[in-house]
Amino acid sequence: MSSAWAQAFALVFDPYNLLVMVVASLFGLFVGAVPGLTATMATALLVPVTFFMAPIPATAAIVTATAMAIFSGDIPGCLMRMPGTPASAAYTDEAYAMAKKGQAETALGAGLVFSALGGLFGTAVLMLAAPALAEFALKFSSFEYFWLVLLGLTCAVFMTSDRPLKGFVTLMLGLLVACVGLNNPAAIPRFTFGSTELLGGIGMIPMMIGTFAISEIIRYAVDTNPPLRIVDQPIGNVFKGMWALTKKYPVQILRGNAIGTLIGALPGAGADIAAWITYAISKKFSKEPEKFGTGCVEGIVEAGSANNSALAGAWIPALVFGIPGDSITAIVIGVLYMKNMNPGPSLFTNNPQNIYAVYLLFIMANLMMLPLGWWCIKVSKQILKVPRAVLMPVIMLFCVVGSFAINNTAFDVTVMLIAGIAAFFLEASGFPIAPAILGVVLGGMLEENFVTSMIKSDGRVLAFFERPIAAALGAMTLAVWFLPLLLRHLRRLAGIEVEQ
Amino acid sequence: MKVNDAIWGALLLLLSVTILIHIQSFPNIPGQKVGPALFPGFIAVGLAICALALIAGGLAARRRGIEQAPWIGAEAWMRSPRHIVALTLVVGVNVFYIRFVDMLGFVLTGVIYLAALFAAFGVRPRWIFPLALIITLVIHYSFYKLLRVPLPWGLLERFAW
Repeated sequence: MSSAWAQAFALVFDPYNLLVMVVASLFGLFVGAVPGLTATMATALLVPVTFFMAPIPATAAIVTATAMAIFSGDIPGCLMRMPGTPASAAYTDEAYAMAKKGQAETALGAGLVFSALGGLFGTAVLMLAAPALAEFALKFSSFEYFWLVLLGLTCAVFMTSDRPLKGFVTLMLGLLVACVGLNNPAAIPRFTFGSTELLGGIGMIPMMIGTFAISEIIRYAVDTNPPLRIVDQPIGNVFKGMWALTKKYPVQILRGNAIGTLIGALPGAGADIAAWITYAISKKFSKEPEKFGTGCVEGIVEAGSANNSALAGAWIPALVFGIPGDSITAIVIGVLYMKNMNPGPSLFTNNPQNIYAVYLLFIMANLMMLPLGWWCIKVSKQILKVPRAVLMPVIMLFCVVGSFAINNTAFDVTVMLIAGIAAFFLEASGFPIAPAILGVVLGGMLEENFVTSMIKSDGRVLAFFERPIAAALGAMTLAVWFLPLLLRHLRRLAGIEVEQ
Repeated sequence: MKVNDAIWGALLLLLSVTILIHIQSFPNIPGQKVGPALFPGFIAVGLAICALALIAGGLAARRRGIEQAPWIGAEAWMRSPRHIVALTLVVGVNVFYIRFVDMLGFVLTGVIYLAALFAAFGVRPRWIFPLALIITLVIHYSFYKLLRVPLPWGLLERFAW
């Protein structure tokens, strides 16, 4: 135990690793602060580079860059009324209203300090919950895993869209993509159409780069909105008054952190949804809800801490079960597999030093956020002036080379392009992308556990409910599917439709 | 570009029927009840159900009023030639890259790639070429030299450094 911790410290405080963290921080702060570049995109762009690193520095790069990006997304939201990442969208109007009142430093300071606090809270939950869950998960058989994956996918559908039907469609498309290739229990080539390149399946990393980076660039290319103006207010000391805010809103901070971590841990839903939900909760339970929207810091305190705690929360199911909590961890899981750090309960028993190192990385990243974030706010006006007309093409060429670099094949560039175009059109018609990504990541696992269970039980469907935990997970999954339909039916029977 | 749900539904229905037909050709595993066709089959059936629901929903929306649910919703960029050119180029340069990178080599392809996009996004003309060249060389150096990714030289093979 203690020697594993010593190894973890050595891994994290290695000079090369620290250098990677600083560079990744600057990269993350920049990507988050430029509207149109998201934290997920930062992760996707990092993958080709982390491909050439050892496991811990690779993980460090992603953990630090995403934590920084989720914070710095607040900056353009506050100064330009344009969220830097979707996770800041929930309170962009609020922060902008504060900036116009001359309180930009309070809005940004709250974003910074409570982001770091939220990240640390999420990490603490990760450190406590993940090993306990892992111990529990060691007893899981294919039946439990089947239901767990299905429950995760169901969650993704219901959490990421107000129209579950469209979420189901993208989930099915994702599962279908996962079917391509030889990688199935029977090892039969499926949907390869004679192509040797498709035998190995559709490359997950090029697909993610396409989905999260190329689609954003297409969106930029067709954006007809006039360029936004930056609020011209001097920004003073951002740390001023933060202690007073902490004393004024302890309940909000704790609630934001707890709900944020929980939403992060739910598969599919990440920082952006955590921020929307906690902002709404903050308003509902506030003593002065009428002030929300006019430039009041209360919602920013709660939602700003929630989105960063969600980041750490998302790693809980990712590390323990290999089920991503959000789109960032969906990419992370791909990276972990490439690095032979296959997620799952055995990671906790066989290589605890790697897990402890991940905890330390999270703590470090959130502590580094305070000085680096402070500096980023100082230079934010310069960052916001970076010409996106130059930046976007450069990112796209980088994506092309990055997709190529994973397997050194031009085929992956084609995969990237098609995924980007598909994601753009699907999203334009209101189809959520997160379920598709989860479908691709979890499709293989779902099928494998399904087929194994079917073989073990000799085709008896009831066997899926015979083990107690499997039965509970199965019942939960079916409840999520059918409860909404049942409730609607009951309401109709009760004659509520008469009101319409 | 918001495409009506009914059109999406029809396309998805076509896809699911194609899959259902295609998986009939998958072999069975002797002595086992579950073959490689079962899982894609479930997905195709699920997709077909969703597709039918989308068609029903899309048509119902049209019956309520065509204005809210056109077959293909027009967006601001579809009326702006500049944006249509930009979109075409974003896709076009990638197709160009995939098609020609082996022949022309990364450096030449990269410069053309970036220059075309800079022009489309309105970078000042005198900056286009120098920026495209410098950035291509930086990306080439980082990936080719530092990360040892075998980017093709193509026409510039003789000058390889």
